[in-house]
Amino acid sequence: MALLEVDNIHAYYGKIHALKGVSLTVEKGEVVSLIGGNGAGKTTTLRCISGLIKPTDGSVTFDDDVVADYAAHELVPMGIAMVPEGRGIFSKLTVQENMEMGAFYRNDKEGIKQDMEHGYHIFPRLAERRTQIAGTMSGGEQQMLAMARALMSKPRLLLLDEPSMGLAPVLVELIFDTIRDINQQGVTVLLVEQNAHMALQIANRGYVLQTGEIILSDNAASLRKDPMVQKAYLGID
Amino acid sequence: MNHTSSLSWRSLLNIGLLAGLAIVYTGLIGMIQVFSERGIIAGVLTMGQIMIFLPPLVAGYMAARRSREQGAGRMILNAGLAGLIAAVLPVILVLLIRQLDVMGVDIRSMFVNASKALIDHLTFERGIGPGLAMLVGFMTALGLAGGALMALPERIRQTLITGTTWVIGIGLLSEFMIQILRNLFGNQAGRSIFQAGALKPIPALIIFIVTAGIYYFWQLQGANIRARYARSGEGTKQTFQRTSVGLLGILLLMLPWIVGTFLSEVLANVGLYVLMALGLNIAVGLAGLLDLGYVTNFAVGAYVMGALTSTGPLGLAELNFWIVLPISVLAAMTTGFLLALPVLRMRGDYLAIATLGFGEIIRLLALSDWLAPYIGGAQGILFIPKPHIGSLTIDTPETFYYLILAACFIMLFISIRLNNSRTGRQWMAMREDEDAAGAMGIDTTLAKLLAFTLSAASGGLAGAIFASKLGAIFPHSFSLLISINVLSIIIVGGMGSIPGIVVGALALIGLPELLREFSDYRLLLYGALLIIMMLVRPEGLWPSAVRRRELQSDAAEAAAAD
Repeated sequence: MALLEVDNIHAYYGKIHALKGVSLTVEKGEVVSLIGGNGAGKTTTLRCISGLIKPTDGSVTFDDDVVADYAAHELVPMGIAMVPEGRGIFSKLTVQENMEMGAFYRNDKEGIKQDMEHGYHIFPRLAERRTQIAGTMSGGEQQMLAMARALMSKPRLLLLDEPSMGLAPVLVELIFDTIRDINQQGVTVLLVEQNAHMALQIANRGYVLQTGEIILSDNAASLRKDPMVQKAYLGID
Repeated sequence: MNHTSSLSWRSLLNIGLLAGLAIVYTGLIGMIQVFSERGIIAGVLTMGQIMIFLPPLVAGYMAARRSREQGAGRMILNAGLAGLIAAVLPVILVLLIRQLDVMGVDIRSMFVNASKALIDHLTFERGIGPGLAMLVGFMTALGLAGGALMALPERIRQTLITGTTWVIGIGLLSEFMIQILRNLFGNQAGRSIFQAGALKPIPALIIFIVTAGIYYFWQLQGANIRARYARSGEGTKQTFQRTSVGLLGILLLMLPWIVGTFLSEVLANVGLYVLMALGLNIAVGLAGLLDLGYVTNFAVGAYVMGALTSTGPLGLAELNFWIVLPISVLAAMTTGFLLALPVLRMRGDYLAIATLGFGEIIRLLALSDWLAPYIGGAQGILFIPKPHIGSLTIDTPETFYYLILAACFIMLFISIRLNNSRTGRQWMAMREDEDAAGAMGIDTTLAKLLAFTLSAASGGLAGAIFASKLGAIFPHSFSLLISINVLSIIIVGGMGSIPGIVVGALALIGLPELLREFSDYRLLLYGALLIIMMLVRPEGLWPSAVRRRELQSDAAEAAAAD
């Protein structure tokens, strides 16, 4: 049984049919990338998985539990953490306070303290800025904070929505290196990206989403060689 | 953006004409005439004169400030010009009124205050020719004075402004000062300082010297004293804090005795609004839920208190105040909870509009014939008894002050604890980003319900006390204006800041009461004060740390973007 199974989900925004039967699986320990252009339904898929919206049809199961049975906040203790698009950091709180919010459902003070140090170890840049107001940091630092904060809930599955958005190329490299590190420490990752090049480099497998449907799925290496993917998403003729 | 280096002719003209317009406006609405009788310093300065003299002074100051990089000479010249330009419109006004009068046009049918009296005030009763010359001369001189003020070193300028503000402030509030002095030092005390409601010149000078002196001393030594305090040991700090809290407590307890009945009544009203604002602050300030129907909770608290304690024909149970008090609070909380249910999914503006609707619904329900058999419709509920403690009846403004003070302290304590708690942090996260808060494992539904319910409690408490304080309640006491007032207190005091609420309530509820003698112009002044405040201190009078950070970072971003 896979850690996450998305089975033929449909979702609507008003009359707009955003997802037309999306299915995908994520095995424990994998990095899976979901790539696609604007409006393909990538973020909608993630919002269904994290419980922020309910699919009108089909089901999402996480570790044998049906996600639709739970509210978004109940999924956090079960092990799903999401880094929303645009990062969703609390811009008026300090870095430290943001990290504390990440561990909101937890009560083990010692464990929280350890994980916080671990987070600062992964992102040394944040450690220097503990007392800074999160909103005054650069985009890259905010992305790091959003990821570090998500890790504070000790997730088994980390959902990342466009982590490279609006970042300088050198920071994109750094963020993706870190995603790989996090994965090697045992966190399963589902990554949604427009930057297909980077996303397929670190992923084990990939899905290509177009106008609400999965049109292609394979292991990442084969996807990189696929002529359609090369033309449409990697910019190679 | 760099307009500060040189002042163009156009903006100089703007400043001057605006100042002139201010004089014409206050003249045409009759303020100058009405307040020319009202002395600030006996025999020296009247309120009406301040209204004529202040605009050119400010214009000169502004003109000089805008040209401060062009050297002192240019600053003074510009300031004088601004004063001169400020005189143009008032002079035209005087000539126009006279000319129309000569031509037999009845201008007063439109501008009732465009009278001979206004001409007299603007020309200092010296006739048109010499009077207007005097007006132009005075205003140019005041413009120059404003410029000179700007040219002075900052420390001295601030000192002068502080001293003058105190003198004018005490002169304005003379009625209350006399009352307080009488309560403290006996009947003669007021007469030695005030004369016919105005400060005597010598005491005015003393007040100026003392306040300016203290301010100047603090300017010179403040940093030193603060540094010494910071260096002092924990023990000294604790003693200092305890002493100041103790002194504040004693002052609060003695206040009704010092200020007398009328001001106690004002303070009791301020206290009721502090209670409501503390409650609304939970929803608006902490959780970011813009609730425009807060009056609902106030009304529920008041009507439950009324219906259950009234000894009149509508009284249901004739229960004791102290038994009904918790029932009122619970009823308000239940209402808050129930009204929160349908609006849980709404955010921002939509939530504000929905809650606005609830506020109106409550008022109309209270007015309706349908509920009239139970709560009296437009006639309201009468014969609501006063509370007792043992043999002591709480029926005077002074005793109600103590009751409300106690209620405020309880709510203050709860608010501060909530502010620093896990729940408070949860609300703050929700205020900033609801989705992200949900993704952190915060149950936003529960958090919202909790915010609305707890927020309602304080409104219910205020309503219950209000009902027994008044002894009767009517639907028109529960208008939209109350919701707006409570929200304004929070905004003026500083979003999410608890000391800000107290300061905001004093400014918005207390001040209009003190300005009563300005009767017709009270709301005009109030509105002007609000606008000035939002321009000068948008973060509120006493902002919370988070809010201050926010506005400062906004300003920094804006500066960086330029």
